[in-house]
Amino acid sequence: MTETIPTTPPGTRTVNATPLLDIRDLHVGFVTQKGVVPAVNGISLTIMPGETVAIVGESGSGKSTTAHAIIDLLPGTGKVTSGQILFDGVDLATTSDKAFDDIRGNLIGFVPQDPMSNLNPVWNIGFQVAETLVANGRAKKGKDAKAKSIAVLKEAGLADAESRLRQYPHQFSGGMKQRVLIGIGLSSHPKLLIADEPTSALDVTVQRVILDHLATLTGDQGTAVLFITHDLGLAAERAEKLVVMYKGKIVESGPSAELLSNPQHPYTKRLVAAAPSLASRRIQATDRGLSEMHVAPLAGAEDVDLIASAEARAEKLMGVSSAAPAIIVEGLTKVFQINTGKLRSEPFTAVDAVSFSIPRGTTTALVGESGSGKSTVARLILKLETATSGSITVAGKDIGSVRGRELLALRRQMQPVFQDPFGSLDPLYNIGATIAEPLVAHGVGTRKEQQARVRELLDQVALPVSLVDRYPNELSGGQRQRIAIARALALKPEIVVLDEAVSALDVLVQAQILALLTELQTELGLTYLFITHDLAVVRLVADNVCVMRKGQIVEAATTDEVFDHPREEYTRELLAAIPGSGIQLGV
Amino acid sequence: MSNNTPLSRTHFVAPLDETPLVAVDKVSVNAKPSNLYRDAWRDMRGRPLFYIAGAIALLAIVVAAVPSWFTNIDPQFCNLDFSNDPSSGGHILGYTKQGCDVYARIIFGTRTSLSVGLLVTLIVTVLGVIIGALSGFYGRWVDAVLSRISDIFFAIPYILAAVVIMSVVAREARSILVLSLAIGLFAWPSTARVLRGQILSVKNSDYVTSATALGVSPFRVLLRHVLPNSIAPVIVITTIGFAGAIVAEATLSFLGIGLPSEVMSWGKDISEAQGDLRNNPMTLIWPSIALSVTVLSFILLGEVVRDALDPKARARR
Repeated sequence: MTETIPTTPPGTRTVNATPLLDIRDLHVGFVTQKGVVPAVNGISLTIMPGETVAIVGESGSGKSTTAHAIIDLLPGTGKVTSGQILFDGVDLATTSDKAFDDIRGNLIGFVPQDPMSNLNPVWNIGFQVAETLVANGRAKKGKDAKAKSIAVLKEAGLADAESRLRQYPHQFSGGMKQRVLIGIGLSSHPKLLIADEPTSALDVTVQRVILDHLATLTGDQGTAVLFITHDLGLAAERAEKLVVMYKGKIVESGPSAELLSNPQHPYTKRLVAAAPSLASRRIQATDRGLSEMHVAPLAGAEDVDLIASAEARAEKLMGVSSAAPAIIVEGLTKVFQINTGKLRSEPFTAVDAVSFSIPRGTTTALVGESGSGKSTVARLILKLETATSGSITVAGKDIGSVRGRELLALRRQMQPVFQDPFGSLDPLYNIGATIAEPLVAHGVGTRKEQQARVRELLDQVALPVSLVDRYPNELSGGQRQRIAIARALALKPEIVVLDEAVSALDVLVQAQILALLTELQTELGLTYLFITHDLAVVRLVADNVCVMRKGQIVEAATTDEVFDHPREEYTRELLAAIPGSGIQLGV
Repeated sequence: MSNNTPLSRTHFVAPLDETPLVAVDKVSVNAKPSNLYRDAWRDMRGRPLFYIAGAIALLAIVVAAVPSWFTNIDPQFCNLDFSNDPSSGGHILGYTKQGCDVYARIIFGTRTSLSVGLLVTLIVTVLGVIIGALSGFYGRWVDAVLSRISDIFFAIPYILAAVVIMSVVAREARSILVLSLAIGLFAWPSTARVLRGQILSVKNSDYVTSATALGVSPFRVLLRHVLPNSIAPVIVITTIGFAGAIVAEATLSFLGIGLPSEVMSWGKDISEAQGDLRNNPMTLIWPSIALSVTVLSFILLGEVVRDALDPKARARR
């Protein structure tokens, strides 16, 4: 942008006492056949000009609904049932649709959650940016719009913006798309920008760059930002004020630093204890190894303190450090043939000469961003794919050539848990049949014995036995993941491959599953291969870490070493990108 | 609430009793167990159409199984003395031109229609499911070969194929089985295609990968996970295909290239009655009604099943 709108210098905003946004006792509900189902139950919050506020909560807490109510983007059946949304003194809840067109975009910008689906794939980027500018009256059609679109993309941090205008969304990476959306959101210099989980679909390093960029832009323009996120660490790092939502209500709000260091409401306490990024940060702050730490466990069975459980695991590990490796991977390479059209294909090396070994009874984490080849390694070890070259030895046996009976025996020793809790259970199998499946497939025990084992397993993953005749669609994501873990443990395997097994879960549920995994490891002496993109989680569950990038392992060491003395630049980048790493926390 | 509005700089904590904490990830086991097929069954039982269509279809099946429950008149006993006589006494629908009892012929013709429907459906389903499942699940050259074969069969309209077979190839050996084969052998490609498409999407789901990694053999994965999850649309087209087969039989019999003269069939009765359309139209109309009502009941049943098995269609209601 060549001309700039007069902005309030950052220092003066505290003087201004009238809030930019003042939500008073807001109720939002969704109209269904059975009446109105409330989603937001009387929340009140204020945002001062230029201030950054974050709403934190788990899925279903009403945080996104609140954001959508502000900008009048509630889905068809949703509506504000009572309360006021005062924006610069105007009540948005009663504003007509026509008047809202001026407010939306011009005064309030919006950055949606999923950059992949929020750009129209049939129009090029330039058209979509220009469309917004013209619609908001920021540019005239034609040359003016084009020139200003280039300015927007430049401001969004895209190199050679001019040629980028003619490209289509599929030619942009996720991070670049989000830059474009942020550019569009800020193109008319709104007073308030609402960012709904703006980076949850992106890799951590990209997330960091994007959020830094967003902070710079909004800081320069004096834009107030309302962040919606599920990540407490991220929220605390990026916002001055935190609002914690639970079941459609605000349970606690206040300055970020104070809220984190002195959480009052039991729900906030739970969140703080369960957030991996914060827990990981606290371990870091002590500058000691896990095994030397002593943290008082939280009271109550519901509250999971990740540090306490990680510490218990570390302590136990001290005794078994010299065990023989359960898995040895040497020079593992996988080359895929990628179709490039015209009957031609190009080789693509997904895994490039990877070597590592996992001592029995320990956890090794394979960390990397999307496309780093970590999941392919898992599939190769599980023998769902065949390696191009290299060898994998599981429990002393090279699995390269195993077939038939031997392969069955291998599968018995090594079981998987996959990421998507909604996809990894057959919807037509009830829970009992699902857990019993490996027993049936391997012909273990009589029907009675199998049923007894199923009950035992349900008990082990802390689920009621009455679930046996239920179907997966009746369970939550965390419960389904417990079922998947129970199924993996049915044959008493030595090795469990966890492919992003906790990535799709809410933090509290995630903490529970992590604690369960740690418990089961201690109890059954399991070896875990833990595949994840989330370094913060790694710190809490893994003994050794392999950092992958572009199919290669760039760094492999013990967890403490990787976190305290990372040798590679890439690892340092990843560590710095853990949300919340910028927060100073006492212990 | 407005009294304790959280101000921007103060630390606000909601009273605990306003939002009591619920156990994390609590298990609720109040509802009845449900999955796609159970839900569909429950859904169907709530529809009046299901009962109406189901009752007619059931009646047709019972009539076909034991026609003697419904009449004691011999449909093959025809007396030209009664030619085109109106209804009288025990002969409620009157007589045909040949002096046969119309009602008895309709009752005994039911078995023919339903047998052809059942046989064709069996042939189509067995061929379609095997070929569709194998090509969808195993892919590669298996798929290439099987898909091309079904393309060839798909290109020939099954009625045309059946006309050619019945009038040229199987001229001397007409029977219910031969007729069903003539229709069924050319009607399976649509079933195979639908199933193949479903399997292609289901076989990439995580639960299939999980099952493989747990040690379940590929064939067992196909049988126990992939097929049950992709068979729903096949059930729907099968119910509607059943009606189509009945119509096909009637068509061929009407054209005189269907079943031999000693087998009773609605299509043949309609064909024989067409000359009397002016002076005794009811001999044509009664078997036509029987045919339409039976076909309609199976088509409606197919509609109900489709609505029940397609949750998206259900949500739209």
